[in-house]
Amino acid sequence: MPIKSYVVFPRTGEKNQLIKLLENTEHCDVLPSSNKEVLVLVTDTKNDQQEEALHQALDNINEIEHLNLVSGFSEKVSYDEQKKLS
Amino acid sequence: MMNRRNFLKKAAAASAMAAAATMIPGILFASDQVDDNITGDINWTKGPCRFCGVGCGVLIGTQKGKAVAVKGDPNSSVNKGLLCVKGYHQIMCTSSADRLTKPLVKKNGKYVETSMEEALDLVASKMKETIEKHGKDSVAMYTSGQSTIPEGYVASKFMKGAIGTNNLDCNARLCMASAVTGFLTTFGADEPMGCYEDIEYANVFVLWGNNMAEMHPVLFSRMLDNRLTRKNVKIIDLATRTTRTSKAADKSILFKPQADLAIANAICYEIINNGWVNNSFVEKHIVFNKGKTNIGYGLEDKFKFKDKATPIDFEQYKTFLEGYRPDKVEAITGVSAKDIKYLASLYGDPNLKVVSYWCMGLNQHTRGTWMNNLVYNIHLLTGKISQPGNGPFSLTGQPSACGTAREVGTFTHKLPKGVVTNKKHRELAAKIWKVPYDRIPDKPTYHATEMFRAVDRGDIKFIWTQVTNPLVSLPKTGRYRPAMQKDSCFVVVSDVFPTPTSDVADVILPAAWHVEKSGMYGNSERRTQYWDKMVEAPGEAMPDAWMTIEIAKRMGYGDLFPYSKENHHEEIYNEYRQFHVGKKHNMAPVEVLKKQSGVIWPYIEETGKSTQWRFNSKYDPACDSTKEFDFYGKPNGKAVIWQRPYEPAPEVPDNEYPFWLNTGRVIEHWHTGSMTRRIPVLHQAVPNAYVEFHPDDAKQMGIRNKQKVKVISRRGTTVLPASINERGMPTKGQVFVPFFDESMLINDVTLDAFCPISKEPDYKKCAVRIEKV
Repeated sequence: MPIKSYVVFPRTGEKNQLIKLLENTEHCDVLPSSNKEVLVLVTDTKNDQQEEALHQALDNINEIEHLNLVSGFSEKVSYDEQKKLS
Repeated sequence: MMNRRNFLKKAAAASAMAAAATMIPGILFASDQVDDNITGDINWTKGPCRFCGVGCGVLIGTQKGKAVAVKGDPNSSVNKGLLCVKGYHQIMCTSSADRLTKPLVKKNGKYVETSMEEALDLVASKMKETIEKHGKDSVAMYTSGQSTIPEGYVASKFMKGAIGTNNLDCNARLCMASAVTGFLTTFGADEPMGCYEDIEYANVFVLWGNNMAEMHPVLFSRMLDNRLTRKNVKIIDLATRTTRTSKAADKSILFKPQADLAIANAICYEIINNGWVNNSFVEKHIVFNKGKTNIGYGLEDKFKFKDKATPIDFEQYKTFLEGYRPDKVEAITGVSAKDIKYLASLYGDPNLKVVSYWCMGLNQHTRGTWMNNLVYNIHLLTGKISQPGNGPFSLTGQPSACGTAREVGTFTHKLPKGVVTNKKHRELAAKIWKVPYDRIPDKPTYHATEMFRAVDRGDIKFIWTQVTNPLVSLPKTGRYRPAMQKDSCFVVVSDVFPTPTSDVADVILPAAWHVEKSGMYGNSERRTQYWDKMVEAPGEAMPDAWMTIEIAKRMGYGDLFPYSKENHHEEIYNEYRQFHVGKKHNMAPVEVLKKQSGVIWPYIEETGKSTQWRFNSKYDPACDSTKEFDFYGKPNGKAVIWQRPYEPAPEVPDNEYPFWLNTGRVIEHWHTGSMTRRIPVLHQAVPNAYVEFHPDDAKQMGIRNKQKVKVISRRGTTVLPASINERGMPTKGQVFVPFFDESMLINDVTLDAFCPISKEPDYKKCAVRIEKV
């Protein structure tokens, strides 16, 4: 079940509002930068349904300008599967 | 108490913070978020990172016999707890489903699993039989700057001391051989004189063709930190492509490919013309030489070249530089005279401390040795060398390119101390190895490119590769892949994962990964780093050093390899240390390495300290203490300023092939991608290679982002998606392709021209044309 981290770029001037929204979103931990308009978001879902629901919730947050996936810990993915992904 | 899931969340957060730091210079996160305070049943063991030449200290978390986590080692002075995205995720490759765990032997065109005993018997018998039939120079080993020090040492002893052939070379030939020949010709001693602590003292960093933000991200972060916290710190990016480094730099100067030779000479002209020469330093510590010119490019098989040093005086050197007045070189370089004068003023200002950094941009160059010499010229003219914050510093790409390839000497011409052509050096090796002196041949044989040409010609009939993937990393793989498939050569590949190289092997030997064995690496700043085995290797996978020893025993050389299976790494290192006894290259004892996060040689026994700045008698006890500086690598104690001209690249764009091709790396992937492409998060971040265009070129050709195009040279073709205004932007008339992707082999397209002195290929310049698919 995936634990993921993202670098999140808020829309201009919306950093604080975005922090509040993400803090109130289930499965999310927010780590704001103390000097730049950027956040780190860590998500922790238990199953595919939760993950899908979280994605939809994030998609609906207008204050997010850009979401950059950095890290994901989940089940093994074979190299052949990865090749297919690419 | 922290459970594993919470730990993974911490690791994920740390990765994202590290990624943010490389994207946004100077970004800070609240310290309570960075401090992880990990406790619980995870056992943490120190070691160096598996990947690049920076040599970050890592702590590997193990639990129930598995490596489960990685964090930066806060006690490592290299990275002070920070890691890049590759570093954080490194252990994830080990659980890849296609991990090699059993030996595979090709029978009737198909791979059949066998036992390790059987596979080793077969390899030894094939090697022995080949030597009996065709002579000892018909067998070869090709190893790596990622081999551990013990692995490199036993490979050298096996090939040169036991078998008696110099047919040993390594992939470090492809990345830093020009740095070696640059150091040897200028200083008579290899490896940088300074250390990473220079970053904390320097005012100016000049990056010569070096995208440090992606290739040496932790060092780049240290530079950015310094720029934030200290006044008067500048980063100058001098390159042929706009990169993340350019964007973070204070000034980005773009030049035409190959023109760095003219730029460096023009800087020297300006330094002299403006009276910025440190005359006292030059008079006491410098001599001037010129070498041969029009030295060729090594494009033909069996190419030979030997440089000849002719002494000149300062006046002759000044006259030579008249041809490199900044306004005269504008057309060749594409750099304005104003910018060259600005660069010279930074080097020339006695109140500024300057460090020059470079890596593949200068080394992978048909005049790579010359370019290294020329950067040294700048520092020698100004006396800005061997002092905290002042110095030229060639960075390495691989984690032990210095420790193993250069110091142990896994090149055809090298011995653990010195070179095969030197009688005294052969005598020392023979004594320590306990072999007859005349068994070690006195002439080098094949450097990397020539080794694979010899396979193609049928001269090499047995080759064993360890810890490397040449059929992705060699230039002009379109020639060398079919060469390795020929029946005339028996191919053995030791690796952790299947690769395009193992695809052509007759025998595949499964190798233990990094933390599944003990070992030592040596990083760019002469730092030797030790680690203990932390987890068991899967199946029958075995450390490469032990494979070599097992083969040696089977071939009748067991008495030369009396090491124990459990502790061979330490026994081998203790034997190897004997080569470097003395003040100039003393290596720290294993007991010291075990306690510390690396030690920089020469290790000073009396004080138990590293030598951070060589050739400066204030810091280096190997110097003649009556002199302030002593370049003791040269018999007269003087460094050499070399007169080296601009000469063009062997292949330049023309009507048929109108673009320069430049190749390189991305932060997410380690070299040929055999490890990082098996780490899901890194693979997903950059799943495939691409070809970068300047937007004007793309527009003119009607090429859109992601559109597939063919990159075609006189040697081969590959198809890649276009990348416009994304990660990097080449100058107009140039395209850039990263080489990590085995499914889009750009090295089928590159040219196998090399520096005639270092024999290092130039992956940065050849001519291509582009066609829409």
